[in-house]
Amino acid sequence: MHAGALRQRELLRRVSRALRRAEPGPAATLALEGTQVEEKLVNGKPNGEAVSKLVDIERIIARHGYKRSELIAILQEIQEEYHYLPEEALNYLATALGISPTTVFGVATFYGQFSLDPKGKYLVRVCNGTACHVKNSEKIYDAICKKLRLREGKVTTSDGLFTLETVACLGACGIAPVMVINEVVHPQMTPEAALTIIDTLMQREAETMTALEDR
Amino acid sequence: MIANTIELEQAQERFMGYLARERVRILVCAGTGCIANGSLAVYEELSRLMRERGDLVDIELLQEDEKRAGSAVVHTGCRGFCAAGPLVHIEPAGVLYTHVRAEDAAEILEATLRGDVVRRLVYRDPVNGEPYTRPEASPFYRKQKRQVLDHCGTIDPEHIEEYIAGGGYQALAKAITTMTPEQVVQEVLASNLRGRGGAGFPTGKKWEFARVQKSDVKYVVCNGDEGDPGAFMNRSLLEGDPHRVLEGMIIAGYAIGASEGVFYIRAEYPLAVRRIRLAIAQAEQMGLLGDDILGTGFRFHVQVKEGAGAFVCGEETALLASAEGERGMPRPKPPFPAVHGLYSQPTVINNVETLGNVAAIIANGAAWFRGLGTEKSAGTKTFALTGKVMNTGLVEVPMGCTLREMIFDIGGGIPNGKKFKAVQIGGPSGGCLPEQLLDAPLDYDSLQAMGAMVGSGGLVVIDEDNCIVEVARFFMDFIQGESCGKCVACREGTKQMLALLTKIVQGKATMEDLDLLEEVALVVRDASLCGLGKTAANPVLSTMRYFRDEYIAHVRDRRCPAGVCQAFRRYTINADKCKGCTRCAKACPAGAITGAVKQVHVIDQDKCAHCGACMDTCRFDAVEEI
Repeated sequence: MHAGALRQRELLRRVSRALRRAEPGPAATLALEGTQVEEKLVNGKPNGEAVSKLVDIERIIARHGYKRSELIAILQEIQEEYHYLPEEALNYLATALGISPTTVFGVATFYGQFSLDPKGKYLVRVCNGTACHVKNSEKIYDAICKKLRLREGKVTTSDGLFTLETVACLGACGIAPVMVINEVVHPQMTPEAALTIIDTLMQREAETMTALEDR
Repeated sequence: MIANTIELEQAQERFMGYLARERVRILVCAGTGCIANGSLAVYEELSRLMRERGDLVDIELLQEDEKRAGSAVVHTGCRGFCAAGPLVHIEPAGVLYTHVRAEDAAEILEATLRGDVVRRLVYRDPVNGEPYTRPEASPFYRKQKRQVLDHCGTIDPEHIEEYIAGGGYQALAKAITTMTPEQVVQEVLASNLRGRGGAGFPTGKKWEFARVQKSDVKYVVCNGDEGDPGAFMNRSLLEGDPHRVLEGMIIAGYAIGASEGVFYIRAEYPLAVRRIRLAIAQAEQMGLLGDDILGTGFRFHVQVKEGAGAFVCGEETALLASAEGERGMPRPKPPFPAVHGLYSQPTVINNVETLGNVAAIIANGAAWFRGLGTEKSAGTKTFALTGKVMNTGLVEVPMGCTLREMIFDIGGGIPNGKKFKAVQIGGPSGGCLPEQLLDAPLDYDSLQAMGAMVGSGGLVVIDEDNCIVEVARFFMDFIQGESCGKCVACREGTKQMLALLTKIVQGKATMEDLDLLEEVALVVRDASLCGLGKTAANPVLSTMRYFRDEYIAHVRDRRCPAGVCQAFRRYTINADKCKGCTRCAKACPAGAITGAVKQVHVIDQDKCAHCGACMDTCRFDAVEEI
């Protein structure tokens, strides 16, 4: 292992030990200060944000009793918190569970649900299950792709608002084709209807921006 | 807290008493399909109006105040008729309303309290337009036998009281107080119940293998990783009647001597996860789950694990790996999970619907169950009927019902006067069956003989507008992406099959490629480690068997009979309609269109990329497909 990486793992190990001893909350942060590692913690970046992130993650791991068998559930909760899996979270998780980062990355990349890249504010998922597929769901996907100007494998718009994905099946085949934005299911879609929905969201965002600027 | 069988019976009577004080019961479907169509707004509006009248009651109110009576508005699980949602059902009148909007709530309420019916919202048969006030008389429900789905749409899945009022947990009481574990296994064995997740292995045999294992810890795992695209039976059952599945699991636990149960449910089903968690908490509170169930000393605890989006985890050994927090990769069998399963302990893994059948078998006896369905495939089966069919939705029929009855009687046939082409059954592991096999019975053995499988029960109807080769390519694309990569045959074979199918739809294949495709398919089938790989070739093999003409048309005649495959499309500009506006020439990514302003434009067929951009952009309908 690279010397820098070794140093980082040793730091994380100390953080993990300190956090596990401390009660969650401010005490944990104090415990961290005691170990004098809050600086240069994450890729050499000193910041309180990184520390509080680790405290949050430690809380999630503790809730699952530091059990290796809970790895997937822990990853799901981390992703719920950050909408993706930050690299430093995975490194820390590996240290806290006493397993190699390779194992954690292996699991995180195996399952379709996990993402190592940040996602947009609106996660647009176009179902491409069989029932949706035979009802032309691909045309819906293509239309949104064009609208959001997503090219060459890009899935998130540069303003970070939209992420476009396909999903194998949402089990809502009776109302195919479907599109899901965050948790809301939109039934019986057509390319036109889908674009109207996207338009509405874009407009809402634009209005919020103007309102903020006015203030 | 229910301490014994007598108290369970008393509880049932008490809960029935509460429900009897509901004068009117309005059931609003809250399955994923109806919610997406806005059923929650309908529910809110109906509740609000009823509350305004001071007539709204719910089970808690009825429980607190013994004299209280009124009308209840409840949400239920999926009634199956997703195409016509949101659905509202009125009891005791038995009326079913379809396509209900929140604006209709007041009218429904008025009519119901008057003892009248809102004619315009009553379900109409899409084929002949006839209205059906009572749903059970309609073609969609008439041929169904809703046994497992009995409660879906009639009870509130979020209240254990309603399940108990309907006789729930009596089978559990019967099993643990009057039967030995061996007798329970024998009963299930005698019922001929076979696994509802796909392969159809006898459930009783599976239980017996696990029962005879000597171990302090054993597990029952419920496989709720319904990954087949086009299937939603398990989701509907978990959402609509979670206690039925839970009761089945506890009985299974007693039968094999397990004290731990695990629900493994895919994360794409958040509502199912929430409802089963709630059901577990309620059963624990009632003493139907925990350290001393019904005072017998039998101990059983249940937890929920969410999948994380991997189709292969529906395979039982992969599911176990995933439940342990590993990558979901299958391992060779034997040792079977019954011997060496979750955390290396003896484990029974049953599908949601399999467990959903258990309580009724114990309550009514094996002979009753054998009386349903066919000799070798007893009982009923739920199917998700989707695709190009009038009535899409969740269906339950006795085993042995024909595909024709399913698609044309229950399903109401193909919309828009189109011609039926095929039905895709059993998801990506199943096959595409043509018109001439529609009279075959739906059961494990006949489907297998035709090169398909029951699978979990997805039925996707395909009409003449769908290209069969493209459908096969679609499945291969899915399977190739979901192959876990452990064994070479599946990892590399699916990739090669996908490449060959892509070549065919792009019009670049030769007749030798067809032979090669078949050869690779057979190798993948024979040499793969797990069920995913073994059945990965089914869509290819079944479509090549029944629709070879269509493959040959793509390869030899360079033609897609359904007009779907882009590569075979030919566009031309109608000189009479073209105004020479130059829009198409600007839109063409291949630079294949030439022509001066206000002159007729021409497409150079050699340069054309067949994308259709010209057709989409033309304002005068001058671009035509030939």
